[in-house]
Amino acid sequence: MERLTEFGWRLLPFVVVIALWYGVRWSGLVDQGLLPPPHLVFADIWQRSVEGTFLIDIWMSVRRVLLGLLFGMLLAVPVGFLIGWDKRIRRFVDPLINFFRALPPIALIPLAIVYLGIGEVAKVAILFYAAFFSGVIVMYEGMSQTNPLFIRVSRTLGATDWEVFSKIIVPLTLPHVLTATRVALGVAWATLVASELVAAQNGIGAVIQNASAFFNLTTIYAGIITIGFFALMMDTILRWASRQFLDWQEREAQ
Amino acid sequence: MNGESAVRMQNETGTDHEVKVRFQNVSKHYGDVEVVHDVSFDIREGDFVSLVGPSGCGKTTMMNMLAGFVKPNSGEVLLEGKPVEGPGPDRGVMFQEYGVFPWLTVEKNIRFGLDLAIKRHIPKDERRQITEKYMNLMRLSDFRNAWPKNLSGGMRQRLALARAYAANPHFLLMDEPFGALDAQTRSDMHELLHQILQAERKTALLITHSVDEAIYLSSRVIVISARPSRIVESIDIPFGFPRDKSLLDSREFIDLRIHLREQVMKQYAEQQALR
Ligand SMILES: Nc1ncnc2c1ncn2[C@@H]1O[C@H](COP(=O)(O)OP(=O)(O)OP(=O)(O)O)[C@@H](O)[C@H]1O
Ligand SMILES: [Mg+2]
Repeated sequence: MERLTEFGWRLLPFVVVIALWYGVRWSGLVDQGLLPPPHLVFADIWQRSVEGTFLIDIWMSVRRVLLGLLFGMLLAVPVGFLIGWDKRIRRFVDPLINFFRALPPIALIPLAIVYLGIGEVAKVAILFYAAFFSGVIVMYEGMSQTNPLFIRVSRTLGATDWEVFSKIIVPLTLPHVLTATRVALGVAWATLVASELVAAQNGIGAVIQNASAFFNLTTIYAGIITIGFFALMMDTILRWASRQFLDWQEREAQ
Repeated sequence: MNGESAVRMQNETGTDHEVKVRFQNVSKHYGDVEVVHDVSFDIREGDFVSLVGPSGCGKTTMMNMLAGFVKPNSGEVLLEGKPVEGPGPDRGVMFQEYGVFPWLTVEKNIRFGLDLAIKRHIPKDERRQITEKYMNLMRLSDFRNAWPKNLSGGMRQRLALARAYAANPHFLLMDEPFGALDAQTRSDMHELLHQILQAERKTALLITHSVDEAIYLSSRVIVISARPSRIVESIDIPFGFPRDKSLLDSREFIDLRIHLREQVMKQYAEQQALR
């Protein structure tokens, strides 16, 4: 019962948004042709999934996001760790990372096409780029705030270098890895449509672009909602995982 | 083998009073601020030395030099004749900020030092028993599986003490270890510390703001001046061990307390003027 109520509370904001959506449509403030009603959008998702290739598009997009995230985090964790650890490295690298992070992924598409072609590699590379730079910043800003007290304590108990690393630094790093992954995941989803501009063959982004060529607003909305839905689901899973692993953490908000 | 060394300990009367730690003309500054100025004193085997002095005068800095985290700018801190190189498990430290590991439960915090490579030679069963022992002594058994975030300040302090004691260091360095405890628990902890030191013959350095606590626990009390730290007075406490609470009402204790309070108050007033 309690779980059901909890679920209801999570659903409520979406119900409100959909209600507002209908409200705006019926109020006449916006030309009805420019704002398809929600039930048509959902019907479009359903129809494309059952009769068309939408499920394959979703799968291709999810795969790209996950690959970009995986490679991005595989690099962001050790790099962020090193930068966070050493003040001198941080001073040197910080402006560079902020420079590259600020570049919009769309601006990179021509370069990706020149160097990597128009296949999967180029698309995943753009997502990798976005995931890496957002993840690495969260990693090293978190790491740089590591409290040296815990390392001192372990030293007075006789910990070796390896034990300091495995028993103190790793557990202190884990929360930052999870936060960085969540941030990078969000950024990767936000970059998806841009990455699929490389060549609109398949994927949710491709569906949206093809629809826009025909001014098919219903399908554009269907694509957007699908992206939002999967981004939210993955984030929820990560949040749940954090709660399992990081039960020991003081939660600021609660 | 064991019996032999025990006999030697008894025969050589000098062994008991061997100098273990020597602060030799130690000075320390951070930037332009001098924190410790030309401090010299000895800690002998089995001594319990307390440092009493105003907040911000440099007590923690002195302890950190013995613990091995801070190097003096001039002079030397000698540990068994050799300059302190860095931290080590012979010197157990209870930090002012406790340093309880938030990602480990109460039980695992206490076990931490025992599960390190240097203590692997101790059989697992025995390590578990030691953990239990200190968990019980510090009255934390009911919270063995609790996260530190759910403990009160006093409980965290007891946890940090349990963890330091369980690793069985030869020296105990304690930085205001009883500050967050209520009067009753504090008094219990005094008795407990007496017991442990009596049973395990440790050498201790205690930082405290409480003159009563310093006299009751120590074999020597050192009054530290306002910043930079200098030694104002070093008093050998004339009471033997074991001690019990009746001591607190004795004439000598009260005289000593009046004298030390006066000394300490002067330094507190001076430190106040520094700000
Ligand atoms: N790493 C550091 N860098 C700069 N200044 C420091 C550092 N550590 C301590 N100090 C300064 O040295 C002085 C003495 O500090 P210390 O912590 O030794 O005082 P304390 O006697 O332990 O005080 P309290 O009783 O409040 O714990 C303080 O003024 C403090 O600000
Ligand atoms: Mg201090």
